[in-house]
Amino acid sequence: MTIDMTQFLQTFYEESFEGLDIMESELLNLDVGAADAETINTIFRAAHSIKGGSGTFGLSAVAEYTHVMETLLDEMRDGRRQVTQEGVDVLLRSVDVLRSMLTALRDGDELDGQGISDSQKELDTLLASGAGATIQETISETANQSDNDSVTEWQITFRPHKNMLKTGNDTVRMLRELCSLGDAKIQANLESLPLLTELDPEESHLGWIIDLSGEVTESQIKEIFEWVDDECDLKIVPLKPDSVEEVSIQDAPQPEVIDSQDRRTATDRRTGDRRKATTESASIRVSIDKVDELINTVGELVITQSMLGQFGEAEDFTPEHIEKLRDGLGQLERYTRELQESVMRIRMLPISFVFQRFPRLVHDLSGKLEKKIELRMSGEGTELDKTVMEKIGDPLVHLVRNSIDHGIEMPAMRAASGKSETGVVHLNAYHQGGNIVIEITDDGAGLNREKILNKAIKNGLVSANEQLTNEQIDDLVFSPGLSTADQVSDISGRGVGMDVVRKNIRSLGGTVEVKSSPGKGSTFSIRLPLTLAILDGQLVTVGKETYIVPLVSIVESIQVKQENVNRISGRGEVYKLRDDYIPIVRLYHLFGIKPRSEVLNNGLLVVVEAEGHKIALYVDDLQGQQQVVIKSLETNFKKVEGLSGATILGDGTVALILDISGLVTLTKTAGVPDLTVIDGGIVAA
Amino acid sequence: MTDIAQTVGNTDIMTAGDVSQQQYLTFMLAGEEYGVDILRVQEIKGWDTVTQIPNTPKYIRGVINLRGTIVPIIDMRCRFNLEELTYGPTTVVIVLKVNSKDKSRIMGIVVDGVSDVYNMPDEEIKPSPDFGSAVDTNFVKGLATVHEKMVIVLDIDHMCNSDELSDIEAATN
Repeated sequence: MTIDMTQFLQTFYEESFEGLDIMESELLNLDVGAADAETINTIFRAAHSIKGGSGTFGLSAVAEYTHVMETLLDEMRDGRRQVTQEGVDVLLRSVDVLRSMLTALRDGDELDGQGISDSQKELDTLLASGAGATIQETISETANQSDNDSVTEWQITFRPHKNMLKTGNDTVRMLRELCSLGDAKIQANLESLPLLTELDPEESHLGWIIDLSGEVTESQIKEIFEWVDDECDLKIVPLKPDSVEEVSIQDAPQPEVIDSQDRRTATDRRTGDRRKATTESASIRVSIDKVDELINTVGELVITQSMLGQFGEAEDFTPEHIEKLRDGLGQLERYTRELQESVMRIRMLPISFVFQRFPRLVHDLSGKLEKKIELRMSGEGTELDKTVMEKIGDPLVHLVRNSIDHGIEMPAMRAASGKSETGVVHLNAYHQGGNIVIEITDDGAGLNREKILNKAIKNGLVSANEQLTNEQIDDLVFSPGLSTADQVSDISGRGVGMDVVRKNIRSLGGTVEVKSSPGKGSTFSIRLPLTLAILDGQLVTVGKETYIVPLVSIVESIQVKQENVNRISGRGEVYKLRDDYIPIVRLYHLFGIKPRSEVLNNGLLVVVEAEGHKIALYVDDLQGQQQVVIKSLETNFKKVEGLSGATILGDGTVALILDISGLVTLTKTAGVPDLTVIDGGIVAA
Repeated sequence: MTDIAQTVGNTDIMTAGDVSQQQYLTFMLAGEEYGVDILRVQEIKGWDTVTQIPNTPKYIRGVINLRGTIVPIIDMRCRFNLEELTYGPTTVVIVLKVNSKDKSRIMGIVVDGVSDVYNMPDEEIKPSPDFGSAVDTNFVKGLATVHEKMVIVLDIDHMCNSDELSDIEAATN
């Protein structure tokens, strides 16, 4: 099976750049010292997604680099490492490096190996410096810092990069400001001053060593250099002999070629523009062909409209005109439908678009983990709103990766437990009850409930003496920070995946559940509402109201034969259809409206099925079938039991769409109508 | 401190309404005049048939199609437990924008008829007297006097965000 990965590569780059933007803005929002856990989490997730994506596309350099960043962030997230300015700066620079790496890869340019390895070294140093740091050490670190506050003498080594003056920064002003803080002894470093003939007056060649004495804090000094810290080498060292703390804001060597994006972010930071990144973009990406198609159709519509407009201006209306008018209206209808279809096409795509990423992922992972895995996919044609699809991609990658990493056992172990050596991961999608259901099933070991529970107790998610059902324990896998993998790999095991999965799916208004049986495997089901999906519907009338029954859930529609109607204990009605007894649900009773007739013979039964249950809906009449666009009731109102949404019919009125599985639940609570009133009618009929 | 807060509050109003005082649209309901913030009014339209929604409180008349959006319609007489009237030619639906916690929603209210537009500075709106449990004044932002008539200023965000009308509360739990 060969798949053209390049079509998804573009998406990956776009998503990664979005992720980098989020990381950058969140890093800038991060309060040093009092960092918000959620902010760190957001940065971490962005890094995690980039790492995962780059792994999928075989961009190992990016994956490796991001892995180091992620480890650093992980320590910060767990509170093992304090969030220091130095750490944030290093991370910010690594975001820049990552961006230039991705840009280079996208444009097919060569990677700046020097810049990357330097920056990686910087990250490694930082990582090593804090490795195994206990709380106590961090406390003493803070103590050190407060010591520094009382330092009265500083030595500042300030060396602007060549181009610093060009960005409008004035060294004289900075030195003057320094002088205003205390007594300053300034010594210029003329070493790199070129000969007068070679001197470019717009470049900066000087460096300074400033001895500053007075009641000055480090942050005051840093503030002066705040705007230029990425354009100079700056060292601030306290001159107190017993202090060893050294704060360095040395910049990583800038890549020779700074692309426009890099420059932009640099400017952003300088101007202190802390733009708030919207965590999810409200735009959708549409190929230009589809837009062209729309424009063409609109063009045709305009022509038709002006043609029809002529009839209104005509002096007298002859029979010839009628013929033309009819043609015009026919055209109008055709173009309107075309327009509607192309607008729909923009938003709806088959889920195969997401599914097609997985063969490569499974292939790579199975190689890496030395597991044998077969990927099966079904229901790829299930249509999904594009915006929903874009957001479901990452959660699905997480889930599939988890199934492979944690679910499927090693071949030897599988053989030992009597299974085939090749594990199966099955992706399935289908429409159900106004929802889209995506299932990821593996035939692996299932969830290790004991381990999950232990970990949850250790993390304080549940108390030790709490009694949990198996389902509740399984559900714990979606809690933040809970990973049962013994080894943190770059595939999974950091306990970030599952809580992101649930968060993302919830933000789409959906749910995610896990069913697991030990030794047999697990199934993750994602259920998403059809925010904007087309549905094939059957229009039915009850009294004066029109309802829409999703065509997929209709088994058949039948005329009532009185001899097939039976009652259970005189009340609940069932209909004998071949060998089945199907409960009759009188829709008018359920919805409290007045029907045209309460006598079963006068109406029809629509047999529908949801989640394995069949019920027969009693309606007054069947109307046509048509495709309807689902409009959410929740946008301006709330969820109504038994309804999955509403739609607008050809005459502009609103019709409600029935949610069959909701109706099944509703039937259980609503009870049955008092049939004695109707009995007379039945006899009469 | 309070001075600053007031100044800030006033500028807010100025930027929001571009006038020094808030404007209110008033409507009639069983002989009383009620006011809503005019900036929240999306449009006023005549009464038309609605599609009933099953198993909802009686004051929710149903939903209408407002240029492709499904908008719920609330009968104000029914909401306030007033005697119901047959809808006549002056019966109108006021379409309002209601803000809830994290989003805004569009809703329509059925009233006897629209009345007028008044300028009412915030300080002229007096808090409504407490009737104890006899009268539910939760939806009332305050009372104002215009041309020696009393206008009841409604807090539409509160009125349209009760449990029966939205499941935002349920969703966050």
